[in-house]
Amino acid sequence: MASQLSSQTDNASAGDLRNQDWYLDKFFQSIMFLCGISAILFVLGIFIFVFKEGSGFIIHQLDWAEFFLSPKWRPTSATQATYGTFAMVAGTAAVTVISMAIALPFSFGAAIFIAEFARGKTREWLKVIIEMLAAIPSVVWGFIGLMIMNPLIIDTFDVPIGLNVLNSGIILGLMAAPIITSIAEDAFKAVPDTYREAAEALGATKWQVVYKVILPAAKNGLLSAALLGIGRAFGETMAVLMASGHALTVPTSVFDSIRALTATIAAELGETPVGSDHYQALFAIGIFLFSITFVINMTADFIVRGIKNQ
Amino acid sequence: MHPAATIDTNRFGAEAINLKNAQVQKLVMILLGIMATVLVIPVVMIVITLIQRGGPAISWAFLTTFPSNGMTAGGIFPALLGTVWLVAISLLASVPLGVAAAIYLSEYAPQDHWLTRVINLATINLAGVPSIVHALFGLGAFVAFFHLGTSILAASLTLAVMTLPVVIVASWESLQSVPQAFREACWNMGATRWQTIWHVVLPNALTGILTGIILQVSRAAGETAPIMFTGAAFFLPHLPSGVMDQTMALALHLFTISTQVPGVPDEIPFGVALVLFGIVLVVNTFSIWLRMYLRSKKKW
Repeated sequence: MASQLSSQTDNASAGDLRNQDWYLDKFFQSIMFLCGISAILFVLGIFIFVFKEGSGFIIHQLDWAEFFLSPKWRPTSATQATYGTFAMVAGTAAVTVISMAIALPFSFGAAIFIAEFARGKTREWLKVIIEMLAAIPSVVWGFIGLMIMNPLIIDTFDVPIGLNVLNSGIILGLMAAPIITSIAEDAFKAVPDTYREAAEALGATKWQVVYKVILPAAKNGLLSAALLGIGRAFGETMAVLMASGHALTVPTSVFDSIRALTATIAAELGETPVGSDHYQALFAIGIFLFSITFVINMTADFIVRGIKNQ
Repeated sequence: MHPAATIDTNRFGAEAINLKNAQVQKLVMILLGIMATVLVIPVVMIVITLIQRGGPAISWAFLTTFPSNGMTAGGIFPALLGTVWLVAISLLASVPLGVAAAIYLSEYAPQDHWLTRVINLATINLAGVPSIVHALFGLGAFVAFFHLGTSILAASLTLAVMTLPVVIVASWESLQSVPQAFREACWNMGATRWQTIWHVVLPNALTGILTGIILQVSRAAGETAPIMFTGAAFFLPHLPSGVMDQTMALALHLFTISTQVPGVPDEIPFGVALVLFGIVLVVNTFSIWLRMYLRSKKKW
């Protein structure tokens, strides 16, 4: 509405007022436009450059069935190198599932509490501290997994090694929780107050309002919060590298050590000759990661947009 | 007893169903409070543990000397300095670009236009790209294609691309919070769009943008994966002499001494973790304080 208004005035005055200010305005508009589309250029750039480095392998060498179905990742074998990511996919999936099992209930619970029940100082402090949780760097999380959670899990569950699915799942759950909480809280805030007032006027208690009115109204927002949380846990690198044990197995219990897709790239990229099959295979994993997070983000956005269009 | 008599005594009190609802309500509230508290406890425990176990390592010498004895002793000076370098240069690149992009999105871009939509989607996706994929991009683009080699510049630019979407979103929110009436008043005076942005919109949004940027400092300082292969080194015996040199970095240093180097006494990695988390915590606290201060000072 405002932009239409201004473009009309632009048109009306453009004929007689093409002075220095007018050209300056056009100049800056172009600059801002170029910067504005930079995000598109970078997303394209990421795809192009990662694909470019991995394309030779994908086109000429890649055995799709082996890549996705074989658990054997033996890139350095001199005689018979195999590039199977199944064990890593399974490991990443296991950690993501555990992390969400931890993060989702607590994040949604915390979000309901902050949005609907907590008042004043309690609410401010909760928000600030949960923001602090989000600020802890991933390498510090990994370090905590390694030095604090590891002995704790060994002692508590009497298992030989504490660097496993459970450890990295808890760490990733805590890392994803603040994001999920804040997006879920936004989803609750987006529910119009008239809904609450109508329900309360009928004699509903606060919890009944939340359970019967607000949760159903906010369900798309919650779904997209969960998806973004999954994307975050799925793509996390350093924490999962340090806390998962980095062992190439298909996990059968939460006490198995695993190796994540992201962690494999981080651990091996430094030691591979540039351009080798191994190097390109790691970029192929990168393309796989990029594609999955792309789909997750687009879906989450699509769901949120669905709400706005309603 | 006649059933009517019992009902009669409760006529002006709470009915059984209301009492039950009130109890459920109380129970749920306590449960939700506990769930929120569960997210608070780890923060408190991490802070206490890091201070307890890393505190003894912290000293002036720890912050100002080189690591020695194959990184099993000594300080963290080159890593600390390297992190400052990386963060400063990455902000130098991402802030002008991100703020300009936000200005375009907030002030120029036509709403409901397909291009605006694509820019928004790209920003969301850029924010969701895993950090290790940013590392691959940095390696393919800055290190190899633009021939920057593994250098501070390549690592900083990789970090800048990673922090860009958050700078855009924070700046955009801040620009959007400037009331539309301010712009309209300015246009009515005959000012061009750019004059309006430069003299009215930006000054009013500046502090909010600043808050978002300060948060980026802590995010960039804590990142490890994107700098691992693009410019940060496990160990260097000397300080970098320019932006084309490699550097050590605090986050990578913590990874190195806690996983790659055997025989490091526990207090050193805990000390490094404490310094890293301390920087992040101070920066974040400042940003939160600034935000609260601004909210109380708001003119509209």
